[in-house]
Amino acid sequence: MSELIVAHTRYLLLEQLRVPIGLLAGALFPAISMVAFVVPLAGDDPQAATMATGSLMFFGAMSGALIGLSITVAQDREQPWNPYLRTLPAGPFPRFAGRILATLAVMLISVVPVLLVAVFFTEATTTPLRLLLGIVALMVGVVPFMLMGLFIGFLLTAKAAIAVSQVVFFPMAIVGGLLMPPAILPDFVEAISPFVPTRGVAEVLWAITAGTTPNVVALVSLAVWTVASAAGAVWAYRRDEGRRFS
Amino acid sequence: MTILARTIEASRRYGDVLALDRVSLDIRAGELVGLLGPNGAGKSTLINLFVGLRRPTSGTVELLGGSPLDAAVRRGIGVTPQETGLPETLRVGEIVDFVSAHFPDREPKGELLARFGLDDLVKRQIGGLSGGQRRRLAVALAFAGKPRLVFLDEPTTGLDVEARRSLWEGIRSFHQDGGTVLLTSHYLEEIEALAERVVVVGSGRVLADDTVRAVRGIVGVRHVSLVADDLPELPGVLGTERAEGRISLMTTDPDQLVVELVRSGVPFSGLEIRPTTLEEAFLALTSKESAHV
Repeated sequence: MSELIVAHTRYLLLEQLRVPIGLLAGALFPAISMVAFVVPLAGDDPQAATMATGSLMFFGAMSGALIGLSITVAQDREQPWNPYLRTLPAGPFPRFAGRILATLAVMLISVVPVLLVAVFFTEATTTPLRLLLGIVALMVGVVPFMLMGLFIGFLLTAKAAIAVSQVVFFPMAIVGGLLMPPAILPDFVEAISPFVPTRGVAEVLWAITAGTTPNVVALVSLAVWTVASAAGAVWAYRRDEGRRFS
Repeated sequence: MTILARTIEASRRYGDVLALDRVSLDIRAGELVGLLGPNGAGKSTLINLFVGLRRPTSGTVELLGGSPLDAAVRRGIGVTPQETGLPETLRVGEIVDFVSAHFPDREPKGELLARFGLDDLVKRQIGGLSGGQRRRLAVALAFAGKPRLVFLDEPTTGLDVEARRSLWEGIRSFHQDGGTVLLTSHYLEEIEALAERVVVVGSGRVLADDTVRAVRGIVGVRHVSLVADDLPELPGVLGTERAEGRISLMTTDPDQLVVELVRSGVPFSGLEIRPTTLEEAFLALTSKESAHV
C-alpha cells in the first residue's frame, strides 16, 4: 500500500513540477506582497514583521490547499485517465493520499519565497523551535481549507471550481487578517473576522511565532468550520462516487 | 475450461436507459473473444462491469473467481479503455513504471515497449506523441502486470493500417502464450483477424454468440447487383431492389445465385458482388431480434 502511495505521489508531483506556472502562482503573490507592503511598512518592527510573515506564508499555503486542490480534483474527475486508474488493482485511497501529499509538498515549496524575503529584508525574528512549530501549525492549519478544496472539487466542474475557489479564498484571506493585520482592519471587518476560519489559523501562527495571545472565539469557530468542511467533503466525495462508479 | 469472467443475467440501467438487459456471458481461459456491436449497444457498459468501474443494477458479475470490485482480484487483469487521456507531462517510461507499480508480477519495461514498437520513445513526454503512439502505449499498459485476462475497448480506433497490424501482432502473441482477451471493435475485419469467438450485442442484449465463421454466416448477406431488363425467379434471393437502372439482389450464397443467373440465359452486364457492411449486418440482426419479440 505504501509503495502505491509513493508511486501516486511521485507522479502527481512530477505532473505539477513540470508545469511550474502553477507553483509560481501560489508563491508569487505573497512574496510580492511581502516586498511591496511588509518590507516598507512593517519591516523595522520585529513583531509586526514576524506576524505578517506568518500571515503571508499561510496565505500562500492556503491558496495551494483551497484553490490548487479544488481545481486539480475537479480536473481529475473530467479526465478519462481517472476511471482508467480505478481499473488498476488499487482502491481510490492511494490516489487520494498521493493527491494530498503532493498538494502539501507544493504548498511547502510555495511558502519558501516569503520566508526568504522575511529573513533577508525585514526585522522579523523567531527561534528555530518556533519556526518549526509554526510550519507544523501551517500544515495542520491548511486541513480545513483542503477539505473545502475537496468539497468544491468533487462538487463542481473544473471551470466552476476555478471561479468559486477564488471567490471563497480572497474574502476569507482579507477578513481573516492575512493581508492586513487586525489592528488596522476596519471595525466591522474586525467584528466578523473571528468567525472566518482563516483568522483562527492566523491566531495560532501569531501565537507560536510572535508570542501573542490567541482569540478564543476564532479558535472555536475554526473547529466548527473544520467539522463542517469535513462533512461537506465526505458528502461531495460520496456523491461523486455514486455518480461515476456505482 | 476455466471460466475467467462471467456475467449472469446482468442488467445495467442509467436512469431511464437500459444499457444492458439480462446479459449472461462466459469468458473462458485462453479465449480471444470479439465483442461486436454498433455505438450504444452496451459494449463499454459490459466492459465497465467486468473491470469494476460500474456495478450491475441486477444480476451478477464475476471476475477470476471473485468480484471485480475487489482490487486484489483486478491484479489478474489489464485494461485499455476507449479513451485514456494519458497525462501529457509524464514520460513514456514513467507512465509504464507507474502502472507497473500496481502489480506484483511485472513485465520488464523494455520488453513491453518493444512488443508494441515503442522502445525508442521511453524518454519522450506523452504530450509529444502522435495519436497512434498514444493508442499503442494505452494498449501496452494493459499488459504491464502480466495479466491473465485483458479487456481492450476499441484498441485500434484511429490507427493507420500499419500501426493496426503491429498492434494485432502484440495482441496475438499474448494470446498465443495462453492469455485471454476480450476486445471490442467496430470493424468486422479486426474481429475476423483476431478473434475465434464473436459476441454480437445490440440494444443491451447478446444477439449472437458463436464462432467468427458462424456469425459471418448470419451477418454475411451479399449484394449482387447487375444491369438487366428482366430477371427470372432465382433461388436464395432474400430481397430485390431496383435503383438507377441496376437491380440489386440480396443473398447469403452469391456463387449459387450467379451460376443460376448464367444458366437462365438472361442477358446482363455490370455484375458486382459486394459484402454487406457491418452496419447492414447489425441492422439485419437487430431487426430479426425485434421480429422475434
